[in-house]
Amino acid sequence: MRLSGRIGRWLEARLGLAAAVRESLEHPVPRSSASWAYVLGSGALTIFAFQLVTGVLLALLYVPSAAEAWNGLQEMNRQIAAGWYIRALHGWGSNFMVAVVLLHMVQVFLFGAYKFPRELTWILGVLLLLLTLGMAFTGQVLRFDQDAYWGIGIGASITSRVPVLGSTLLQLLLGGPIIGGATLSRFFALHVFVVPGILIGCVTLHVLLVLKLGVNEWPMPGRIVRRSTYLQDYHRLTETDGVPFAPYAIWKDIAFSGVMVLAIIVCAAVFGPFGPTGPPDPTIIQTTPHPDFFFLWIYALLSYLPPAAETPVLLVAPVVVLAVLLLLPFIAGEGEKSWRRRPVAVLSVVLVAVTLGALTHLGLHTPWSPEMDAWSSEPIPDSALAGRTALQRWGAVVFQAKQCRNCHALGGRGGHRGPALDDVAVTLTYDQLVRQVIQGGGNMPAYGKNLSPAETTALVAFLETLHPPGQARARDLSLPAVAGSER
Amino acid sequence: MTTPERFPRRRLLVRLGLLFNSFLALLLAIPFVRYLSSPALRARKDTGWVSLGSLERFPTGQTRLATFRNPVVGPSDGPTARLACWVRHIEADRFQVFAINCMHLGCPVRWFPQSSLFLCPCHGGAYYADGSRASGPPERGLFEYRYRITGAELEIEVGALPTPGLASARRGASSCA
Repeated sequence: MRLSGRIGRWLEARLGLAAAVRESLEHPVPRSSASWAYVLGSGALTIFAFQLVTGVLLALLYVPSAAEAWNGLQEMNRQIAAGWYIRALHGWGSNFMVAVVLLHMVQVFLFGAYKFPRELTWILGVLLLLLTLGMAFTGQVLRFDQDAYWGIGIGASITSRVPVLGSTLLQLLLGGPIIGGATLSRFFALHVFVVPGILIGCVTLHVLLVLKLGVNEWPMPGRIVRRSTYLQDYHRLTETDGVPFAPYAIWKDIAFSGVMVLAIIVCAAVFGPFGPTGPPDPTIIQTTPHPDFFFLWIYALLSYLPPAAETPVLLVAPVVVLAVLLLLPFIAGEGEKSWRRRPVAVLSVVLVAVTLGALTHLGLHTPWSPEMDAWSSEPIPDSALAGRTALQRWGAVVFQAKQCRNCHALGGRGGHRGPALDDVAVTLTYDQLVRQVIQGGGNMPAYGKNLSPAETTALVAFLETLHPPGQARARDLSLPAVAGSER
Repeated sequence: MTTPERFPRRRLLVRLGLLFNSFLALLLAIPFVRYLSSPALRARKDTGWVSLGSLERFPTGQTRLATFRNPVVGPSDGPTARLACWVRHIEADRFQVFAINCMHLGCPVRWFPQSSLFLCPCHGGAYYADGSRASGPPERGLFEYRYRITGAELEIEVGALPTPGLASARRGASSCA
């Protein structure tokens, strides 16, 4: 007998695992479930294992000290052989893991797989999604660059708004009064020990439940889930039309896992590692902090909420969303599984996807942020200067010098915080322009204290020229009647 | 196979053993909780006065960036112990010292003397020269440090990270006093 066979037999005599493994691998699944739609869960599991391996490799060299972490990552990127590539693999693995876990959740939801008797599997899945997002956020912090520093600052600002307990929670989060060495150590412990430990436990239970309860059958319209009959129905289905998981279904899981790993390998090689950006020195204020891709939607949402609604939404909405997700299998534990008969479910997914997609898109373009250097870098279009009087041209100078351009675009160039001003004279009269400049309002600061009367006059004279040819300026029609003036 | 009911003494011993271990767990919980909450308890005392340098560095009528080191520095704090603030010299002995942290989500605001505004790069919060809210998502004006003039130096009192929660807590405290 060959040596490997003998070692295997020796181990089996002591462990006695072969039967259990064979039983798990060959457990019957409905023939319809041996489908490409069912590969996302095992894909997420593979990427998780991939993250464990690359994470351990990174931990061998990572220094969890606020004084050293940034330099250490620079060294890893530049000095250590393949250091940049291991970082890239872990970073891209993280993105793929979040994406695949989200897709897995959508598929499970649309296929009604959360219904009886798989409620606990769904609840564990919701926890796994939260833990995955937790890993993504804490991992972003370990990069410990400018984005990480100000990212923690955003977390700190939100935490501080919790009534009564805010300051205590904040101190616990930061490990001290400010963001510093203790903060990074905390996030290191969370990212490397606490969250992965809980993740491994939850993943184990999640997979055990899948084996114990069986893979969800392909949902057929009209096949209703009832607590009283489902288990017998499922048992009958696997007996009459079941196939062993291995090899009927597992080859697709293995193939998809391979495709995921290949995609990570290629993305890491082509796009490289994420950061680190500038050093985490809070005295460097010439920075525009940005969260990682999967948190951009929150970043955008925080810009569009009305100020007064922000704290309640930040503190209440996550609790509500979590409660809805956890209670879902109890609210809708029976009934139709097929998405063809569940229009509300389909519309919910579409609505959430469109919302998150739109917010992420906005988060990438940040139209709400002033263009900090538009006033000094963007020329005023020729068309807005040709044939203008000296006063109007002086107004154009005031327009640039007082940085109106940072928020207001001309000729498509400049900030988008406020409306573009190419045809402002069509909509606002002279008096309205003066009032808007001096008093502000509608989310515009007041410039009354900051402009001399002469500057205001010049600026408004310039703004009054901004209208398309052939379109008249806005005029206050009551003025001639009241004052007899022609303004 | 024997059932536990047939061994009442052994069952009692198991329970006693569990009780003993639970007692030890409770005992250990004391240092565990103290250790975990230590930063929160210690931080209350972590305020101190630091100098921003000579008064001459802050010309009257101007707003300048000043940097300082956090008075409570740990060995692993590195560059994060370096902090910054905006100093506005109004006239003679009157100053305003603002935290750089936007009162929306803590991003660093920048001063633009041309338009006399503080602007935040994250969500476009804007503040007037005196730190009051001008526009955008922040709910309140910039956080102001307490300051004093010692000799020819400007000093400020620094402590916890300036967050919206801290600002409203301080405002509540001062209105009570």
